[in-house]
Amino acid sequence: MSPDEAERGHSLWSDAWHRLRRNRLAIAGGVVILVLAAACAAGPIFSQSYEEQNLDLGAVPPSASHWLGTDTLGRDLLARTLYGGRISITVGLVATFVALTIGVTYGAVAGFAGGKVDAVMMRIVDILYALPFAIFVILLMVFFGRNIFLLFFAIGAVEWLTMARIVRGQVMSIKRMEFIEAARALGLGRRRIIFRHLIPNVLGPVIVYTTLTIPAVMLLEAFLSFLGLGVQAPMSSWGVLIKDGSEKMEEFWWLLVFPGALFSLTLFSLNFLGDGLRDALDVRASKD
Amino acid sequence: MIRFVAQRLLQTIPVVWVIITATFFMIRFVPGGPFTAERAVTPEIMRNLEAHYGMNKPLYRQYLDYCSSILRGDLGPSFKYPTRSVNEIIAEKLPVSAELGLWSLAVALCVGLPLGVLAAVKRNTWVDYVCSSFAMTGVCIPTFVMGPVLILVFAIHLGWFNASGWYGPIDRVLPSLTLGSVYAAYIARLTRGGMLEVLSQDYIRTARAKGASEARVILRHALRGGLTPVVSFLGPAIAGIVTGSFVIETIFQIPGIGREFVNSAFNRDYTLVLGTVVLYAGFIIGMNLAVDVVQVWLNPKLKFE
Repeated sequence: MSPDEAERGHSLWSDAWHRLRRNRLAIAGGVVILVLAAACAAGPIFSQSYEEQNLDLGAVPPSASHWLGTDTLGRDLLARTLYGGRISITVGLVATFVALTIGVTYGAVAGFAGGKVDAVMMRIVDILYALPFAIFVILLMVFFGRNIFLLFFAIGAVEWLTMARIVRGQVMSIKRMEFIEAARALGLGRRRIIFRHLIPNVLGPVIVYTTLTIPAVMLLEAFLSFLGLGVQAPMSSWGVLIKDGSEKMEEFWWLLVFPGALFSLTLFSLNFLGDGLRDALDVRASKD
Repeated sequence: MIRFVAQRLLQTIPVVWVIITATFFMIRFVPGGPFTAERAVTPEIMRNLEAHYGMNKPLYRQYLDYCSSILRGDLGPSFKYPTRSVNEIIAEKLPVSAELGLWSLAVALCVGLPLGVLAAVKRNTWVDYVCSSFAMTGVCIPTFVMGPVLILVFAIHLGWFNASGWYGPIDRVLPSLTLGSVYAAYIARLTRGGMLEVLSQDYIRTARAKGASEARVILRHALRGGLTPVVSFLGPAIAGIVTGSFVIETIFQIPGIGREFVNSAFNRDYTLVLGTVVLYAGFIIGMNLAVDVVQVWLNPKLKFE
């Protein structure tokens, strides 16, 4: 290390990046995610049609013309899996974003306000925690009909609770630090302090928990598909494919194994990446 | 301690009340009703049915009736199973789910704790990687993939177990393994994290300096503190695991209460929905309280905070 470099010092982010790069599992996870996402985004353009049926063909095992085989309606499983991945990943990202927005704002406000406001806001979170989420989501889906945008919202509305708790705890500890006091002394408004000074400083745990929320959301989407509340045919998602596959696995094992494997691989990668980020950013392992 | 528990119990009363009220009105605003089945009923029968269940009264009146019957410990009659009360349904199905839950919990603890401790003690060695990857497997393979695959391999191909059903002791094996693997994974990860944190603390160094054997340091000194995150997790987890899993009970055809959580909402079986919600909320709140008590016992420092 040259003296010049040593003097410049390291920011939190460059330190974190260095640590992350040394974690081979996390980097591998990140690469796999990017490859899978690219394949799902671009794949359906090049592959065979995901909805074109070939009833004479029926379900055939993997072969040269259909790499992953076909389903009982003769549809190409590779195309369906890639297309399903699009939906699953999109649900994962969008619903996580919804959860992130609600959770961070709610937690920041509660932690910053403190006192009675905080107590009431956190009691509400406690109450929502004690509701069985399945019933809540089912009611939302049944009430508003099966609509993919509502699916995002319904999942996001369930998953924000933990995020709110984490952010609140973090804000409570940061708001007593001097730089916040300095900002207040400079006469900055409440909103400016929250959005400019508090939120950037709670980013570490938020980033980490976000990477761990995406797989949780994808699991929830798959669970809803298992209940028959997911996306509707001819659209598909990994959850829908897995559900169909598990019903037909005795005769056509590939219908369960390939979508299941790809789904698990995605969850693996996201979790390894999330864990790597947690170690890199040195966030205390506090899930709840 | 008694005062602490009493105080917490008093605090839960408004929480339970809000949960009941919110669910009561939420489910009533969902379109459809318990009697809108595939076979349309004539208007007269519909009126009779509604009168029988008191559904022709104004909503607030039904709400008050329900609240007063809950205070008497009566969760009301089921709408979908006309001859039975919600209390009976819960009394029949909860033990099945609870038994499966306890087996799964045993699997989870027996697998998760040793894996987590081992991974933490041998941090960043191949032992750690093997244990951690194994733990990750449980998190990343959803139960609705794991269950069917286990059935495919061990029941259909090898013929060791029945593919579904809940009769002999042998039928407990596959569902417990499936459900337990998820929790084992979380427990292993939390144990590893908690142990790592504790192992770097001064009192562990003191214990080592005193000449305590490595096994004694880990099992006697570190484990107690390292279990804190596991205990926090176990509270809500036990509540969830004991009240049944919809997925497992559906895949393995087990007559537990977990299926009713979902089916009752689909059937608009208003009283059964409320009954399961109250049951679950009660478990969650009770377990969280138990967690707080155990935390203080594990870490006496908390008593003064």
